[in-house]
Amino acid sequence: MNISDFIAKVEAEFEDVEPGTLTPTTILKEAFTWDSVNALIFLAHVNVEYDVEISANELIEAVSINDLYELVESKLIKIA
Amino acid sequence: MALFSVPDIKISGIAACVPEDVYHNSEYDWVEEKERATLIRTIGVEQKRHARKGTTTADLCYDAAEKLLELLRWERKDIELVIFVSQSRDYIIPATAGLLQDRLGLSHATMAFDIGLGCSGYVYGLSVIGSLMSTGRIKKALLFTGDISTLNTSYRDKSAFPLFGDAGTATALEYCPGAKPMVFNLQTDGSGYDAILIPDGGIRNFANKETSFEYHKISEGIYRNGFNIALDGIQVFNFSLREVKRNVNLLMEFAGTSLDEVDYLVLHQANKLMNETIRKQLKLSPVKVPLSLKEYGNTSSASIPLTMVTQIREVLEAGKSRLLLSGFGVGLSWGSVLLETDHLQCPVILVHPNP
Repeated sequence: MNISDFIAKVEAEFEDVEPGTLTPTTILKEAFTWDSVNALIFLAHVNVEYDVEISANELIEAVSINDLYELVESKLIKIA
Repeated sequence: MALFSVPDIKISGIAACVPEDVYHNSEYDWVEEKERATLIRTIGVEQKRHARKGTTTADLCYDAAEKLLELLRWERKDIELVIFVSQSRDYIIPATAGLLQDRLGLSHATMAFDIGLGCSGYVYGLSVIGSLMSTGRIKKALLFTGDISTLNTSYRDKSAFPLFGDAGTATALEYCPGAKPMVFNLQTDGSGYDAILIPDGGIRNFANKETSFEYHKISEGIYRNGFNIALDGIQVFNFSLREVKRNVNLLMEFAGTSLDEVDYLVLHQANKLMNETIRKQLKLSPVKVPLSLKEYGNTSSASIPLTMVTQIREVLEAGKSRLLLSGFGVGLSWGSVLLETDHLQCPVILVHPNP
């Protein structure tokens, strides 16, 4: 997993995000409606794509795209 | 581990019934248009049925049973067991199964009782009714499942109101030596009791006129009182994504088979995002995992038989089908069953007229 691949997959997952608009420093709340429905879509996406489980509290702490990436990566390291 | 098989039981027929009124989620003006569209797309519910006050789950189950008994041409005196699985009983006491025994004109030699489960209820119900019948003493039985969930859902709760629909079902079972065994894997984690909860009206929080009826703001777009269903979406979501595949994989291993051998996986209809994620985890194609969410929403313990009746009834009527049924949610309670049906009697979905 690398961050550009991670971003491309997230962009494909959310209908209200234009491909190519997200960067690692993008603030989640500014890029799209970062509400509970989109949070669930993100949880489902990383579960299927990377087989990791993220809790509500962990998700609330994430501010930027890079935070999400690091969160998923930290889970992958634990599994490995 | 509650992994076991129940031999010699045949499912003869399944019928489902919904109330007359159709609610379209496009009318749900508690949230603005853009959010509404995202919500509908994510949960996959475009419309669902709402019971009017005065219609009970047992009313829907009764209609389903009458239709089924007519098609099967069963003698009522031969039915000796009735189980009603629901979280929306007619009265606090007594059990609703007895009311159905009487209304259906079944004999006093009938064993009848309720089971208080929701999402996992159909699978649990099959395990209990099948186990009781497999001794061969009881030849014919009726399993009822269903819920009216819309009456205790708050309109001002965007996390619950668009999701739930009402339905009742009846399943007819027969003792049939040599019938393929039903194989079960049933599980529970009561520590998650509050993930789906109606807090007031039971003995723990007895109905209180000062506090139970008062609406509280839970979060943005979510207001509830003590009698409303409270959903912790992320908790239920993570639980289902973690446990359903494990439960199914263990069942497949125990039964010595694989998902390739299964014609259909019929899941409890939780919401589209959840069901589709589970389907992808199990690497199954969409045609093998039917959905009834779009027209009926989440119908609690009715969802599995309702999906069979509305999505694959022609196949079930035409011949043999190997099915994997899996229910998961409130409790937290979950379970799966592997079974085979053969020329099922499966009438077109029934509509219960408004009172």
